[in-house]
Amino acid sequence: MSGSDSQSSPQIINTDADHNQEDHAKIEKCVEHLHDANLTTNISSIAPVGAFITVSIDAPCWSDAAAVAKYCHLRWSALWAEQTADTIVVMALFGGKDGHLLLTTQLPSAHPELPSQAGVYPNADRPERHLQDMFGIRFSHLPYPRRWTRHQAWDATQFPLRKEFPLAGAPPADTPTDHTYPFIKMEGEDIYEVPVGPVHAGIIEPGHFRFHTIGEDVLRLEIHLGYVHKGIEKIAEGRDLSGLLRLAARVSGDSTIAHSWAAAQAVEHALQIEVPPRALSIRAILAERERIANHCGDIGAICNDVGFSFAMVQFSALRERIQRLNVQLFGHRLLMDCIQIGGVNCDLDANGIAAIVAEQKMLYTEVAELMPMILEYPSLQDRLRTTGILPYETAMRLGTLGYVGRASGIDYDLRRDAPYPPYHDLEIKVPLYSEGDVAKRTRVRGDEILLATELITTLLHTLPDGAIVADNISEYRDAAGIGMVEGWRGETVAYVHLNAAGKVERYFARDPSWLNWPALEELIHGNIIPDFPVCNKSINGSYSGHDL
Amino acid sequence: MLSILNKIRRTGILTESISAAEEEIVTLGKECQRQIATKFSRSLAIRMVDAGSCNGCELEMHAVNNSFYDIERFGIQFVASPRHADMLLVTGVVSRHMQEALKRTYACTPAPKLVVAMGDCAISGGEFGTSYASCGGVDNVIPVDAYIKGCPPTPLDLMRGILELLQRKPS
Repeated sequence: MSGSDSQSSPQIINTDADHNQEDHAKIEKCVEHLHDANLTTNISSIAPVGAFITVSIDAPCWSDAAAVAKYCHLRWSALWAEQTADTIVVMALFGGKDGHLLLTTQLPSAHPELPSQAGVYPNADRPERHLQDMFGIRFSHLPYPRRWTRHQAWDATQFPLRKEFPLAGAPPADTPTDHTYPFIKMEGEDIYEVPVGPVHAGIIEPGHFRFHTIGEDVLRLEIHLGYVHKGIEKIAEGRDLSGLLRLAARVSGDSTIAHSWAAAQAVEHALQIEVPPRALSIRAILAERERIANHCGDIGAICNDVGFSFAMVQFSALRERIQRLNVQLFGHRLLMDCIQIGGVNCDLDANGIAAIVAEQKMLYTEVAELMPMILEYPSLQDRLRTTGILPYETAMRLGTLGYVGRASGIDYDLRRDAPYPPYHDLEIKVPLYSEGDVAKRTRVRGDEILLATELITTLLHTLPDGAIVADNISEYRDAAGIGMVEGWRGETVAYVHLNAAGKVERYFARDPSWLNWPALEELIHGNIIPDFPVCNKSINGSYSGHDL
Repeated sequence: MLSILNKIRRTGILTESISAAEEEIVTLGKECQRQIATKFSRSLAIRMVDAGSCNGCELEMHAVNNSFYDIERFGIQFVASPRHADMLLVTGVVSRHMQEALKRTYACTPAPKLVVAMGDCAISGGEFGTSYASCGGVDNVIPVDAYIKGCPPTPLDLMRGILELLQRKPS
């Protein structure tokens, strides 16, 4: 056992000198390259967070532009579309070290066709298939042009996010199971196919996992999601702003603050609402509380998945304490509906501040004591170390986010790299490891709890006075905005388009799970099926946030 | 190992004893236990099904198993298969994509069985309603015996809801 693992204070390691190169993954540099390659038709700069440049691309050049972004070491981040009358506007978001690049293109609604970016960025595959199912956009050269979000509730000629598709749709009275989904087959002597789900054995969300194994060794895993598709994007249309935020708070229950904040940020960006500093600090306190609570739950659950119930008991008790203070101070155990457009709807008085300061001190002490116990316990580490390794190269290729990326050496955190207020005034430390195994994904969470307790304490000590909500919210106009927040799972994106009446024309939420689920398919190779639950928990993708 | 044993000793028992504020957990739990003793031979097995929730209800379902509530001490346990279950605890709207899976899970649960719809979505569709993607509340798909309000219901709401159903059930 190495000595460094027994330290409780977070360790910041720089794994890759490559990260520090000048111009590397810089947004402006990439735009220059796109311009030099004659791919751009229009360039505009807006700044919701960090550097942010929008570049219009002709549809036939869509994948070429992705190739330029790849050449500039940008990561692929999100994809969405919006129909306006006769055209469908497609938007793809890329991340760099200093901000984001948004590529947009316009397609005719009658025959929308676009060259796939999945050949360049494999993580574009499922989001493109989502657009294929929801808008009827045909992606040429898509490596596996199968459906994704669509099961059997609507057919291949219907596209729920088209304006002409009615919200009620025309589903069959009894929607059958998706028994015809074309899984990729593996054949050979001694190869077994093991189907798991959608109803699982534990208290978790539904999804289907299709394993190909020899004996207990996993040769291949294919994940099939979409079971909890609730039509979030469609039902958002026409909602007012408070209705939008109620929905955003329920995109993924465990990330209620992340999605609420991202959606609010998008609206505030669109309507140019300035959020009071006190509200921003309270939002950050809520976001860090969400981070700590979920990390506590996860550390306990990861350890419990290999039978180490001590950690489960300890960490779930910490989580419960956080939730109890949540309801006492903010009115909801999971912090739902605490964020509103222009601010927050819960203030903190002196007693509240004192209660959180004391709680954070307790949390720091407890976690700083517990993590070394976990990290030093041989029979536990025997199960967690070298289990489910996600190598740096794979994580880079997949654009993996949050703690999953950080455990594999991806040094990225929106709060530090493209900081949005109030984080621009704070020193954000980012734990970083290179092993990429379950043990390190557990350890990153532990580190992040300790760092978040320090952040919350700083935020409370420097909490600005003043209003908790902006006062110019009712001045509506036709405008779109983007919000980006480093949620506990990683970079969380929201796109909101409002009409002149202040109603939602389009809402898209990109949960980090979109980019982390594919990592699970990779890291399970060579592991045994009994280690799948712990591997899965170490990623902890949201099904709801993904299926929408 | 010693540090772990020591920590367990120092943590002591978190499970709440009868104090003014938290008396309800124990009162509720004891009453559940009494009902379960006569109506379910001392053990109530629950299978949870997420039919389309946002995962908020699942977080609170996990919470009833933490040391503060420790619902197992009252004879209530979550089981891995519907075939072992006396009760289905269903969360979320029933997404169209989960409709058949929920019906099969219901069919796999041995009779007599109880179905509880947990949370506002499971009751009536909640924030997501009925649409091309959602069948709405659980009782649009399978028969429901009890409804527990909340978004999500708190652990105490969950215990209260289960108890209320147990009290209604004839022996």
